[in-house]
Amino acid sequence: MSGSEPLLRAVGLTRHFRIGGFFRPQALHAVDDVDFEIGRAEIVALVGESGSGKSTVARLLARIYRPTRGEIWFDGREIAGLRSRKQKLSYASEVPMVFQDPFSSMNPAYRISHGIERGIKLHRPDLARRERDAEAERVLDAVGLVPASETIHRFPHELSGGQRQRVGFAQALAFRPKLIVADEPVSMLDVSIRIGILNLMSELRERQGVSFLYITHDIASARYIADRVLVMYGGHLVEEGTTEEVLQRPKHPYTQLLVAAVPDPRAPLGIADASDTGEPPRVVDPSEGCRFAPRCPLAFDRCRVETPLRREVGAGRQVACHAAEPDELLRETA
Amino acid sequence: MADRLLEVRGLRVAYASDRGPVIPVDSVDLDLDRGEFLAIVGESGCGKSTLLYAIARLLGPPNAGEIIGGSIVFRGQEMATLDEQHLRHIRWRELSVVMQSAMNALNPVLSIGSQLEDACRAHSTMGKREIAERSQDVLRLVGIDPIHLRSYPHQLSGGMRQRAMIAMALLFTPDLVIMDEPTSALDVVAQRSLMKQIRELQDRLGFAVVFVTHDMSLVSHFSDRLVVMYAGEIVEVAATRQCFDNPLHPYTQGLLDAFPSIRGPKKHLLGIPGAPPDLARPPAGCRFAPRCPQRTERCETPPPVVEVDGDRVRCVLYDRAEVAV
Amino acid sequence: MSAVTATIRPARPRPGFGALRAVFANRKALVGSVLLAFFVVLAAVPGWIAPYDPTAEIFRPALGPSSHHYFGTTAYGQDVYSQLVWGTRQSLLIAFAVGGLATVLAVLIGVSAAYLGGLSDGLLSLVTDVILVIPIFPLVIVLAAYEKNAGFATLVVVLGALGWSYGARQLRSQTLSMRHRDFLQAARVRGERKLYVIVYEILPTMTSLIVATFLGAALYAVLTAAGLQFVGLGDPNSLSWGTMLYWAENNEALGAGMVWWAIMPGVCVALLGAAFALLNYAFDEVSNPALRKPRKVTRG
Repeated sequence: MSGSEPLLRAVGLTRHFRIGGFFRPQALHAVDDVDFEIGRAEIVALVGESGSGKSTVARLLARIYRPTRGEIWFDGREIAGLRSRKQKLSYASEVPMVFQDPFSSMNPAYRISHGIERGIKLHRPDLARRERDAEAERVLDAVGLVPASETIHRFPHELSGGQRQRVGFAQALAFRPKLIVADEPVSMLDVSIRIGILNLMSELRERQGVSFLYITHDIASARYIADRVLVMYGGHLVEEGTTEEVLQRPKHPYTQLLVAAVPDPRAPLGIADASDTGEPPRVVDPSEGCRFAPRCPLAFDRCRVETPLRREVGAGRQVACHAAEPDELLRETA
Repeated sequence: MADRLLEVRGLRVAYASDRGPVIPVDSVDLDLDRGEFLAIVGESGCGKSTLLYAIARLLGPPNAGEIIGGSIVFRGQEMATLDEQHLRHIRWRELSVVMQSAMNALNPVLSIGSQLEDACRAHSTMGKREIAERSQDVLRLVGIDPIHLRSYPHQLSGGMRQRAMIAMALLFTPDLVIMDEPTSALDVVAQRSLMKQIRELQDRLGFAVVFVTHDMSLVSHFSDRLVVMYAGEIVEVAATRQCFDNPLHPYTQGLLDAFPSIRGPKKHLLGIPGAPPDLARPPAGCRFAPRCPQRTERCETPPPVVEVDGDRVRCVLYDRAEVAV
Repeated sequence: MSAVTATIRPARPRPGFGALRAVFANRKALVGSVLLAFFVVLAAVPGWIAPYDPTAEIFRPALGPSSHHYFGTTAYGQDVYSQLVWGTRQSLLIAFAVGGLATVLAVLIGVSAAYLGGLSDGLLSLVTDVILVIPIFPLVIVLAAYEKNAGFATLVVVLGALGWSYGARQLRSQTLSMRHRDFLQAARVRGERKLYVIVYEILPTMTSLIVATFLGAALYAVLTAAGLQFVGLGDPNSLSWGTMLYWAENNEALGAGMVWWAIMPGVCVALLGAAFALLNYAFDEVSNPALRKPRKVTRG
């Protein structure tokens, strides 16, 4: 990234949850020591499987959880320590969240307009009633729900899943956001509808300069719209880089496994035989060492005792792995 | 014909709703040979799960569907009208079912061993020792350490639970195992591993599989034939490879196009805008016509089912009788 | 916005009218509503319906039913029918007052406990459970006995203060199951305050449960109040079905041949209770479509 200050910067972000009983408390390390940046008008994909911590990262950014350790800097302000209601509201309007489940992300007792208008009322109280309505129609239009004047009066159960997700984006747009945190926005939608939503995100980035943190377990969709990809495993950020780099030349063994496991109908038969059965990592009171080591074909002794730190292995490329080769080394041997 | 395991003709299922009767399975024809892996692909609401449960004669509360027409011939025997007593002989011994979510299908308060035992006792007169041996065998078959006979479902990972379900389905090495999206709750690595395992077991034991999924790409390397369903009808039946290389029906083409590729050149995709029709009031002509990019006026009458190179397509585009020269 | 549009289809009927229509299509609701309406009319304009002053002891006592006295007269020479009609008011008032009070308490305590969680939940649930476990009738008797001849107000307060716990438990469970629904999180994320979320986001989705709580509390109030008055703990000079039962019992009405005097007040209590119960069932069916009986499919 060039000299301009990134829009959002997470430093050492950590979140542990207390689980277990009163007599045997345990700590679930959902997110451990995660650093990343998101620039302006950029779509960054956060990829990982369930238990990787990606949804927790989303909730940390949305201030639903407070970090156990670490900081989140947005536009020069540290957000975990926000005190005044005004500051919190301001952040909430600049970094809204779109949720995964289109069937529970809207209150079924109210019309579609409710969430949008409440949001506008909270964040732009200067607008009069008529201006609010106009604004609500504008954002519904912007997400392709036409005619907006009709949609506004609908109840959630009258819309399909794809349409409801669009409303979710409309709600976020009503705040004039700089960054939208989208937590698996298409996983619960039919395949034929997903592309429409992904295209919508791309268009919003093009036309309105909105950045996205796109959280997903589907790498193919990440490739479709994201500029950069962050890969998480067991609460750690294990690889980072531009989309093409990470997906075509993955350096971390887990990323390699993930990429190989994605079924691509257009690929010829017999793509890499994965003998890995997908057992989840240990995140409850984990010991030191790489969390992927138990499944890693390249693991050696150091991996089991020393947690790998992220290091630069190329331009904008970071990997947390003791075995990963940096680009220059590869170029030399090639 | 001695190889033909399952023959479904004109199957119709209906259930009641407060909008009137809904027909989620409308005159479906299906064939399955011994040892074949047949995938039924479609999106939510197309009727694929209902079709599956109809074949397994598992319709009833809470889905509350009813077979209202057609026949299901399994191993030469008509199943659509079979009574419960005869069905019980067939269930699990010749035909078993793997449900979508193991966490929902497995009893959370019983150990895996007890549940396997339950299944054994319900369908055979095996003695205690025989049951124990068989349970261990079947767990080993799917790659689970028999020590887990004592484990409870929540103590196993998602992938292991699904494999335990498959183990249960294989207790009597049936001829046909029906699977309803068994991998949808799993992550991509576990999915791939499970699919491989299913295929290996199939090669080893020789059972046929009917596999329902909404994810076409999942079955692309594993199924022999593919059936595509839309709005209660079958719109295309083809050998898997052929279907992916040369999809005939516009819906299949649209569906394939809706998967962004992870390798190869990036291109802008369109998906299939719109939504499937309300099955309480299906359109008169082709059900896909409202969303079809190749729609013509001929689509206002129900399209014929046409044979093309060994595949079947329900589309007026391939109707030779009307092809303009 | 070409490739990304998602056209909205024409409107389907709004759920508000749908619910009302569903209520009237439901037989239980219809019967319950008719019964309740009947009693409401009696309570509203008793003077137009009852032929005589209910307290006037001007007739021959212990008369059997006749065209002048549909249900005969009491041992004191009062018209039973007029007493029944005038007595409706008290029973209905108690039902609605206690129903209202109990529901408000149930909502406040149940929903807050679930949403606030932690220590608050622990304390509120403890109180709820204690009240739930206490046998109401003996406790009410003890409390009512402290104030001789408990008046209307005492009755309402006592019954209301003891009748909210069941509803509170249900509301708490419902709120707990909803607590992590995305739209609630979305509301917090956009900056709504906790109180706003409870009142404007959670409560509106639980209207049918709240109405059901109200109906259940009303039913409980009618039956318990009648019971208390029958035992003599109400004000024996008041005009209600329960006191009618009390006086009938005192005069051994059944044995003395004043059958209707002994039975009719009980029948009225039962009918009013049935009205609330039927509406309660109907509301369950309306709000939970799984309980509805679908129209049968015809073969073909």
